[in-house]
Amino acid sequence: MADLTSNLAGIKSPNPFWLASAPPTNSGDQIMRAFEAGWGGAVWKTLGDPIVNVSSRYGGMDYNGTKMAGFNNIELITDRPLEVNFKEMAEVKKRFPNHAVISSLMVETKAEWKEIIKRSVDAGCDGLELNFGCPHGMCERGMGSAVGQEPKVLEEITSWAVEYSSVPVIVKLTPNVSEIVPPGLAAMRGKAHAVSLINTIKSVIGVDLDRMVPLPYVGGKSSNGGYCGPAVKPIALRMVGDLARHPQFNIPISGIGGVSNWRDAAEFILMGATNVQVCTAVMHYGFRIVEDMIEGLSNYMDEKGFKTIDEMVGLASRNFTEWGELDLNFKVVADIDASKCIECQLCYIACWDGAHQCIHLHEHDTRVPYVDQEHCVGCNLCSLVCPVPGCISMKEIDQGKGFMNWKQYQEQLAAQA
Amino acid sequence: MTQNYLENLATERSETAITDYKPRFTDLQAVAEANRCLYCHDAPCIQVCPTEINIPEFIHRIASGNLKGSARTILDSNILGLSCASVCPVEVLCVGSCVYNHMQIKPIEIGRLQRYATEYAYEKGIQFYKKGPDTGKKVALIGAGPASLACAAQLAIMGHNPVIFERHTLPGGLNTTGVAPYKLRADTSLREVAYIQEIGVEIRTGVAVGSDVSFADLEAQYDAIFIGAGLGPDSFLDVPGEDKEGVFGALEVIEALKLTQFPAEKYPNAVVVGGGNTALDVVRELRKLGVPNVTMVYRRGEAQMSGYAHEMAAARQEGVQFQFLALPVEYVGEAHVSAVRCVKMALGEPDASGRRSPEPVAGSEFELPANLVALATGQGKLTELFGKISQLELNRGRVVVNAVGQTSNPKYFAGGDCVNGGKEVVNAAAEGKHAAFGIDAYLKEGN
Repeated sequence: MADLTSNLAGIKSPNPFWLASAPPTNSGDQIMRAFEAGWGGAVWKTLGDPIVNVSSRYGGMDYNGTKMAGFNNIELITDRPLEVNFKEMAEVKKRFPNHAVISSLMVETKAEWKEIIKRSVDAGCDGLELNFGCPHGMCERGMGSAVGQEPKVLEEITSWAVEYSSVPVIVKLTPNVSEIVPPGLAAMRGKAHAVSLINTIKSVIGVDLDRMVPLPYVGGKSSNGGYCGPAVKPIALRMVGDLARHPQFNIPISGIGGVSNWRDAAEFILMGATNVQVCTAVMHYGFRIVEDMIEGLSNYMDEKGFKTIDEMVGLASRNFTEWGELDLNFKVVADIDASKCIECQLCYIACWDGAHQCIHLHEHDTRVPYVDQEHCVGCNLCSLVCPVPGCISMKEIDQGKGFMNWKQYQEQLAAQA
Repeated sequence: MTQNYLENLATERSETAITDYKPRFTDLQAVAEANRCLYCHDAPCIQVCPTEINIPEFIHRIASGNLKGSARTILDSNILGLSCASVCPVEVLCVGSCVYNHMQIKPIEIGRLQRYATEYAYEKGIQFYKKGPDTGKKVALIGAGPASLACAAQLAIMGHNPVIFERHTLPGGLNTTGVAPYKLRADTSLREVAYIQEIGVEIRTGVAVGSDVSFADLEAQYDAIFIGAGLGPDSFLDVPGEDKEGVFGALEVIEALKLTQFPAEKYPNAVVVGGGNTALDVVRELRKLGVPNVTMVYRRGEAQMSGYAHEMAAARQEGVQFQFLALPVEYVGEAHVSAVRCVKMALGEPDASGRRSPEPVAGSEFELPANLVALATGQGKLTELFGKISQLELNRGRVVVNAVGQTSNPKYFAGGDCVNGGKEVVNAAAEGKHAAFGIDAYLKEGN
């Protein structure tokens, strides 16, 4: 049985599954129920000067009958009094001393940071998470992503927090930047103990076709929100991987962004995350999903022979490289297993209209398409649209040529000239 | 003023007591099912549909919330899309060809999705079609069944002036009088007829061509004539006692329970003779109307039945009893039948149809109690009626047509059961529409 215990920059938890700072961590009661359900840690709903929220606040993006493939919100930080939050935080820590309780914070002035950090530490939190990521509402007031987008400001506020805190400081990064490395390195320079990413992506989730108003609807208007849920996972994986593989970046990462099950969690860990944080999937299905996450990850680790989470961290990000480093001589072609084909011809139409015109139909006798393997560019599209697992495989072709990347190719061209 | 035939339909009808075996999807069910469709390229379901409805496209439109476009996609190909949704043997057509069958996953319920989309258009009163610019050409159509209705609708869209002559008091053909009510009720059939009337199709009911109006008159008054007359009355076996009370043709029974209150309680024991889908319809209907003992008698074995396996399975589940390899030789009783005397049969050599022909077993006679006998042994041909049309070539009683639905008499076109010998509603719809294009070309040549 694999050891699922987690240690993020000294913050220990029974497993790597934390609840992200969001509505599921709005109150001590919720967090205690989450811990009872099996969650290893929780990042408290961001604390700061209490605000006033609007109604409505959330929007979902459905796809072909799948609800909430994407999700966004225009909810702000906690709207409950700070003293109530801290009182509850102390109680949670008392009842669950071995679980990680992280205080997520967002205030403006140095004095306010000092004050709120002290109160957090006094309440017994195991770590702080600085919310430099929220892309709606708070950023208009110079907080949240307004900080995360300015590496110098980020570095400075991080250094204040580290100075005032006796517990590890995690900086939560916004994806609303062109490159994630500069803010990541700024957090390191500010002496942060870890980063967490991604926060939500600035977004408009949809438009009401009857009222001609974007969503979510607030009295005839709407505003941009923060996008999250399963659909953002690829963006998050890229950003986590970019930091994990960067030679100067060497603090732990808490991975966030569309994690819905153990597979997603394993992918984030392999891409360099030490643990993961979850929000949308819990908002959709409740705390109970963690049971399968724990069991599934444990089974996967046993199957692959990993004894600890640490053994997995970054195994994939080390293979995450620049396009220019890829082997131009590696070649795969599509191969259709006719015995598994259900004759839907989705591969044919996808290749014909949407890709490289290398799948063809027989004129008679069979509806099973065939691949022109000589011209197949090995793009994967047919295997992606095929509804039958294992029917279309991408077969490696040995072209009898050695490794050659783009740079080497350019050198070869120059030599021939 | 267009006649509204729904007003002529009795409200008290036995068929209304029979539950719909494939009820209409709710909005949620329809969208969930539509989202399962893989949206195949050149989909096998389209290829097996006689009217070539673009099924993945209409399903895709249900999923996207474009119900109007979904209904239009269906009706563009098949103006009888509403009835076909419920009447079609989808298990052996579109649903049977769904690629999910290859995955051992439940195929898409195409019929129910089609019903959902077409009923939406009917309920919203969406009429997609109107009469085309008047060509001044008149076309008479014989019989107001699916073939003529599909043909007439298309002719009207093309701007011709179709007039349908129907000997029955209600139009719709077997859709109105002969389809099992758990699939389609008469009122739905008449709603579909009304939809087609709206396009510019005139229907004259209670007029029998060949007696009330002569073919010569039609030929004089119309530029072309379409024969969509279907088949003749139920065939009988020509055995002693067929004139006794309680011995009916199967279509007689079905029509009675669809259009009137059928006194099922008078018949505790029913015997239905035949092995086809009409026989299966009748046995199931009688069980649903509460007849306790319903026995289907068929002269061959179960393996030789022409009825669909899925209908057979349903009949068995509903408590129908089966007497295979038996043939009625006499209807016993006083004025009213009380039993059917049968002889057991044994299968001999294969006949012309490739099926082993049954031979009576000497001395094997037995009696089945029966107060009602329904003969579902096929329908006769309209040979006598068609004999009144000059130069009309028939083959074993069926009207012979060329690739565009034209008969050997160039003014006459034909489609449906009178041509194909008795197939599905969807075949009649396809043939009727197809013939409309043949008629259109013929009328243009005549200019």
